[in-house]
Amino acid sequence: MTTLLKETLENSSIYMPTPARVIETKQFTKLEKWFKIELPSGYSIAHRPGQFLEVSILGVGEAPISVCSSPARSNGTFELCVRRVGKMTNALHGLEPGSMIGVRGPFGRGFPIERFRGKDIIFVAGGLGLAPLRSLINEVLDQRGKYGRIAILYGTRSPQEFLFQDDMKQWQERGDIEFHVTVDRPYPDWNGNIGVITTLIPRINFHARNTIAAVVGPPVMYRFVLIELLAKGIAEGNIWMSFERQMKCGVGKCGHCQMHHIYTCQKGPAFSYAEVKHLEEAFA
Amino acid sequence: MSLKILPKHLFQAWVDRLRTTHRVVAPQEQFGQYIYGEIEAGEVVNLEYPTSVLPPKKYLLPPREELFAFNAKTMDMQPIIEDIPPTIIFAVHTCDMHSLMLLDKIHSTGYTDQHYRARREKTVWVSVECMKPCMEHAFCKSMGTLSVPEQFDIHLTDLGDRYAVDIGSERGETLVTGFTGFWEPRDADYQRMNEIMAEKWKHFEYRLNFDVTELPELLASTAKTVVWDELGDLCLACGQCTKVCPTCYCFDVTDEIDLTLTNGKRVRAWDSCLIEKFAVVAGGHNFRSSRARRLRHRFMRKGKYQYEAYGLMGCVGCGRCALSCPVHITPVDTFNRLHAQRVKAEIAAQVPG
Repeated sequence: MTTLLKETLENSSIYMPTPARVIETKQFTKLEKWFKIELPSGYSIAHRPGQFLEVSILGVGEAPISVCSSPARSNGTFELCVRRVGKMTNALHGLEPGSMIGVRGPFGRGFPIERFRGKDIIFVAGGLGLAPLRSLINEVLDQRGKYGRIAILYGTRSPQEFLFQDDMKQWQERGDIEFHVTVDRPYPDWNGNIGVITTLIPRINFHARNTIAAVVGPPVMYRFVLIELLAKGIAEGNIWMSFERQMKCGVGKCGHCQMHHIYTCQKGPAFSYAEVKHLEEAFA
Repeated sequence: MSLKILPKHLFQAWVDRLRTTHRVVAPQEQFGQYIYGEIEAGEVVNLEYPTSVLPPKKYLLPPREELFAFNAKTMDMQPIIEDIPPTIIFAVHTCDMHSLMLLDKIHSTGYTDQHYRARREKTVWVSVECMKPCMEHAFCKSMGTLSVPEQFDIHLTDLGDRYAVDIGSERGETLVTGFTGFWEPRDADYQRMNEIMAEKWKHFEYRLNFDVTELPELLASTAKTVVWDELGDLCLACGQCTKVCPTCYCFDVTDEIDLTLTNGKRVRAWDSCLIEKFAVVAGGHNFRSSRARRLRHRFMRKGKYQYEAYGLMGCVGCGRCALSCPVHITPVDTFNRLHAQRVKAEIAAQVPG
C-alpha cells in the first residue's frame, strides 16, 4: 500500500495527477453532487480531516476540493461533495460511475485531531461547509470514547439544501451527541428550527474551558459564529476554521491562495482563530 | 572560492570559448532597450547596460510553460520537464542575483518544483558589480542589494583595463578552467578593487527615507491608510509591474486540448495579483475585489509578506515596476509616502491640544 501523496511527490512533475475512477455518485441537491472515487489498486489516500485534493478533468482543468469522507472510512476509496459553480465543477457533475478523473494530494494541514481528544466539541457547519467537516465529524464519532460531549450544528438556506441526509439521520438517532439543524427562512413542511446558524450556538452549554470548536462555512459566516463562540469563552486557539481560497497548485507556488504572508494550501486550510486573527484579509 | 584577473582584451575570447559548450545569454540592445537574448557568433557581451526590460527569471520560469501532456480518453499522462541546454546568464545585476535567491527558496520550500529545478540546474550565473545607478528608478542601495549575495557562481568587477573574476561556486569554477587568459591576482589588483568598492558607494543614493529593516513594520502599521485607496484609484490593474518584476512568480494553470478533445497539455502562464479575478474563489467571492486591495497586496508581498514567509525581502530595488507603470506608481514614492504619513501621525499624537 502506498499513499497518494507519495505517488504525487514521486511523479517527475508535482503538477501531474494520478488517475482515479468514479465508482458511485448521488445527486444530493440541485447544485451538489456526491462522488465516491476509487484510487488505482495499491494506493490509499491517507488524508487528515480538513485536507483537500487537486481534482482534474483532463482537458477541462483542475480545482481544489475537500475530502468529505473520514480517514478511517477511506482507504482505496474516498468521497467528494461538489457544488456546481463553474466550468470545472460543471464538468464534474457530468461524470457518472466509470468516469476517470485525476487527483493530486492530499494537501494542506487539515484539522489537528489530536487537540480534539478529551475535549467537548462543537461542530458548526454552514451549507457546503458540512462536506469538509463531515470528514472530521465521522472520524471523531468512529472513536467516540476518546472525546467529551459533542454537538453538531448545521444550517442551510432551505431544507432542500441538506447534504449527507444518511449521515444526518444517523446523527439524529444517536443518543450520545447533540445534533441541531436550522434553515434560514420558514418553508412549507419544515417544522424544525428557523434562523441563521448563530441562533443554535446559545443552546450548547459545554464548559468553555474544555471546549474546542470546528467551524466551516461561507466567508460571511465566520465573523458571526466567532462572536458567539468567543462570547461563550472558548479560547481563541480552540476555535478552528477552514478557509476557502483559490488553490490553483496546492503546493505553495502559484500564489493564488495567499492570505497575508501565508499560503493557505500549505499552512491551512484549517486555522485556529488565534493564528489568523491579526492577518489582513483572513476574513473576507 | 578564489579570485582571478582577466584582461579586458581577452574577455570576448573567453565568451567565445564558453559559447562552444554553453548557450550564452546576455542583455542586447533592441530599439534603445536591453533585452536578454542568446549571444550568437560574432556578437559581443555588453557588461554595461542600464537595465533589462525583463529580468533573467524568464530562463527559469518562462512566460508560458507546458507541465504535462495527456490523453483525456486513455488518461495517459507524460510530464514535460524541459531539458534546456547548459546556459550561462551573463551580466546579471546584483539586484537580480538577490531575486534569484528568493526564487530558489520559493521553489524548494515545502514541495520542490521540478520544472524550475531542471532549468536552474542547467544555468550558471555571471553577475557584474554595478558602478553607478543603472537608471533613475533603481533603489538597490536602500534595499541592500548593491552587493552580490553570498551564493553566486562568478562575479565580475571592472578594474579599468581588466576584470576581477570572483569565483563563488564549483559551477563557476568550470567556466574558468581551461581558458589560459586568467592571471592570478597581485597586490595591485586587490588594492584597485578595494578602491573601486569604496568609491562606487558614493555614486548611489539611499532613496528610501528610512532603513529597510523598518519596512515590514511600516507596512503593517499603515495597512489601513487612505494612501492605498488613492493609489488604487490611479492603478489600471494592468499587471505590468508583476510581469517585469524579478521576484514575481505567480502563475495560472489552464488545459489546452485538440479539436477531438483527446490530446492536450496542461500549461501554466504568468499571472498577476493585480488582475481582478486573481483571488476569486468558486462561487464568485473575491477576497481582493478593489484595485486598492490588490495593489496593497502586491506592495505587502514586496515589503513584508515574503520576508515573513521566506526570510528574504520580496523587493530587490531594481525599479523595473516604476519604469513600466503607465500611471507612475513607484515603490520608492509609495514607501516614502507611507513613512511620511506615519511620522506625521506620531508627531500629531504627541502635540497637545
